[in-house]
Amino acid sequence: MTLIESMPFIMLAPLIGSGFVALLPGRSWPWAISTLACLFSAIIAGAVLAETMGGTTMSYPFGDWPPPIGIEYRVDAANAFVAFLVAAMAAVTLLWAPKSVALEVQGRHGTFYALFLLVVAGLLGITLTGDAFNVFVFLEISSLASYALIAYGRDRRALLAAFRYLIMGTVGATFFLIGIAFLYMVTGTLNMADLAERLPALSDNNAVRAALAFIVVGMGLKLALLPLHLWLPNAYAYAPNFVTIFLAGTATKVALYVMVRFAFTVFGPDYSFVVLPLSTVLMVLALAGMFAGSWVAMFQIHLKRMLAYSSVAQVGYMVLGVSLATVTGLTAAFLHLFNHALIKTALFMAVGCVMYRTGSAKLDDLRGLGRQMPWTLTAFALAGLSIIGVPTTVGFISKWYLVLASIEAGAWWLVVFLLITSLMALYYIWRVIETAWFSPRPDGAAEVREAPLALLVPTWFVVALNFYFGLDTRLTVGAASAAAEALLGGGGSLP
Amino acid sequence: MSWLPQFSPLTVVLIPFAGAVAIAFAAGSTPWIQRLSWLTSGLFLFAVWGLAGPALSGEAIEQSVWEILPGMTIGFAIEPLGLLFALLASTLWILATPYAIGYMTHGGYANLGRFFACYAIALGAAAGIAFADNLLTMFIFYEILSVSTYPLVAHDGSEKSKRGARTYLVLLLLTSICFWLPAMIWTWAAAGTVTFTPGGILADQVSPATGAALLVLFMFGTGKAALMPFHRWLPAAMVAPTPVSALLHAVAVVKAGVFVTLKLAIYIFGLDYLKTLATTDFMLYVATFTMLVASLVAMHQDNLKARLAYSTVSQLSYIVVGALLASPLAAIGGGMHMLMHGFGKITLFFCAGAIYLASKKTKISEMNGLGRKMPVTMTAFFVGALCVIGLPPTGGLWSKWHLVSGAYDSGHAIVLTAFLISTILNIAYLLPPVLRAFLKPLPAGQQPGIKEAPWLCVVPLSLTALGTLVLFFLAQSAFEVMASIFSGGLS
Repeated sequence: MTLIESMPFIMLAPLIGSGFVALLPGRSWPWAISTLACLFSAIIAGAVLAETMGGTTMSYPFGDWPPPIGIEYRVDAANAFVAFLVAAMAAVTLLWAPKSVALEVQGRHGTFYALFLLVVAGLLGITLTGDAFNVFVFLEISSLASYALIAYGRDRRALLAAFRYLIMGTVGATFFLIGIAFLYMVTGTLNMADLAERLPALSDNNAVRAALAFIVVGMGLKLALLPLHLWLPNAYAYAPNFVTIFLAGTATKVALYVMVRFAFTVFGPDYSFVVLPLSTVLMVLALAGMFAGSWVAMFQIHLKRMLAYSSVAQVGYMVLGVSLATVTGLTAAFLHLFNHALIKTALFMAVGCVMYRTGSAKLDDLRGLGRQMPWTLTAFALAGLSIIGVPTTVGFISKWYLVLASIEAGAWWLVVFLLITSLMALYYIWRVIETAWFSPRPDGAAEVREAPLALLVPTWFVVALNFYFGLDTRLTVGAASAAAEALLGGGGSLP
Repeated sequence: MSWLPQFSPLTVVLIPFAGAVAIAFAAGSTPWIQRLSWLTSGLFLFAVWGLAGPALSGEAIEQSVWEILPGMTIGFAIEPLGLLFALLASTLWILATPYAIGYMTHGGYANLGRFFACYAIALGAAAGIAFADNLLTMFIFYEILSVSTYPLVAHDGSEKSKRGARTYLVLLLLTSICFWLPAMIWTWAAAGTVTFTPGGILADQVSPATGAALLVLFMFGTGKAALMPFHRWLPAAMVAPTPVSALLHAVAVVKAGVFVTLKLAIYIFGLDYLKTLATTDFMLYVATFTMLVASLVAMHQDNLKARLAYSTVSQLSYIVVGALLASPLAAIGGGMHMLMHGFGKITLFFCAGAIYLASKKTKISEMNGLGRKMPVTMTAFFVGALCVIGLPPTGGLWSKWHLVSGAYDSGHAIVLTAFLISTILNIAYLLPPVLRAFLKPLPAGQQPGIKEAPWLCVVPLSLTALGTLVLFFLAQSAFEVMASIFSGGLS
């Protein structure tokens, strides 16, 4: 079986696995099979990424129906990078899962992990496919499964959060569908590469303009770009920790990928950024998101909500890179997409460890916890350095490229904004560290033990990755710039 | 020094870090902390001097440790200025070790393990700054230095020292992140490199306006050089125990600041390019202003350590002025002043600490007649003061000599005048404590028990005072080492 033939199994492994896992009894088997499925797809995704980083585009026609008639999996460095991120993060977060899920989810775990694998399969399907309608199908698969997963949260507010996300997510998906329908109406095709060929002739068409607007807004919702972010904080805050960790690391990233794919490959940068003022719109929203997200995060008393708002800000960083519409800008966006997944996963894992022991993620309940859970809170502090952007962490590499892209684009004033929001990150991370290490434990507070190794080891593994990829950037920068080249360098056109 | 073993620069930098880890593990046992401190500082001294021999004989010592981004490495390279800084820091560390041990144990301080571990980390970071081959490496160690000294400043844990330490950390971090970091990335974007190169890397790479802006960003970004208005952290840091003020806030930290400005002037901008920039004069006048105003403020401080702190702010600006005059002679004078002021100021701080330890006195107005009780300490204070003022027979004479000549050469009459006024001010604030101590009688009704501080404190301060006298005769070799920067490599 060649690599191209095994490529669909990146998505199929979790999809098939989920049907199988749903039937399994007990708790450990579902987990083990899920982990195997995700590892399997991560390995293939890694191989595909290695292949596409050289600039090749891989295409697999489903059922041997040649595109543009049949559905095609079309993978270049951009989606291989995202697919690898999703599959690998799924595998890594699963390592963290069993203890925490055992505490938060009652009864057998087959259904829970089956839903999780559905989300993974959906996200992977979105990234790999070269068919616009297929994107919508997988979007719905992953979204519906993630609403259910969020509703698993022990807090009753999780139900409301899931319902809110359902409404907003459905609006987003519908907008996306309307956008695709417009495109289909004027071009008669759904294959992205084919669309890219036909659209330039239709640049005066109002339906095409509307299509771009609908798609960008629809994906903006899934991406939690300010002001469409309202579903995110509660969904992240009340979902089971394991779900939060995975969604925070991957779900919004995939939405960003779709937005970028449509803006750059399908519509083409000349249309999206020159004919239409997408650049300005995205830049304004990105800056607003960076500011508002960081600002609100500074005053949250619930750690998971704080990190959720910080995610809104970080999404702003990525969109800022996209809005510059240069190779460096896109590289920065893809870099941060990967790096932020590592940072947020590590942070949420550390908070998850705290919640596992104390059952609370309120800032006040963290007082003096530093001495009782030193490993957990050191992990949090180190991951915090990464989100601030201290040298030798991945956060620094992201910001370095963002600043570089801003200066190259002549927009040096963006640097000021980047600095201010970094300082705001410094503040909200420092607040936690100060509370945990420099405040006394309140009288009468229960003695808390360090988190179990089953949680600590994966947490520290991700923290170590934060530093490893902060020093060895060959993979990340190489893949991110290959992705940017693929999107801007005409890598999306038919071979 | 060629008989000493030669290590790679990375190893030299890592010695104090390894020592810090060992000290942290031995934190329970005071004797072991002391032994390990001796061992680390001794090894470090040998390692740095071991590098000096080959480097001075013209061998190029470079080491690329790791490539972070394409073309951007963590790397080290030994050049004359950095070597001088490392020699200064390592030599004074071994002298400060007995002093710190004596001061901290006799002063009844707790948490000695944390103290000596952070002390060692700070010295390792200083070595990293000294040997850094490019701006990024330097930036990383610069930040390590800021953060590792925070627990030292806040050491006694009181509300006052926590507040001082917060001012300290926030100012240093803010300036470096808000000014230096963007300037560095801007340089990278424009010149494609941030490696220190003789003659500079910015000439012809950026527009005049950009170059001018970069200079301002870099100079204010180097908060450790304490240019006004970002100097407040230094007086705030004086809440620290005196060994910290002495070695770190008279030598390692502040000298790291001025060392960075000298490196920037010589290796990033290049002196010839510096001359053409629109903001050079502006920054020069900021430094001159700092020099004079800090001296005036120092005159009004009754607290001895506060007076010394403002004196440091003023003296640091001498070196910044030396860098910005854009004349090789002034830059050499600046480099030499780094050395001379290091020895002189550490002596003064050692004395201030010894006085506090022996008599619990912190104010100058209480020092009447102290010279009779503590003759060694006050004599050392006098010698240290002479060195900071720049009078013979101390090394301070030569550094100021070259600074003044450099100012004359480049025709900056204002700076020349400022140097002269400042010297008078130096005399006016540094000699009164000595005069009080020796010439005024002891006030009646004093506790009679005041005598010299423990020998662990007195011996180091005598040695550093002696050092300033020795430097008077050795100044020429320091000059030649520095001069080799401008004559193409070490001869």
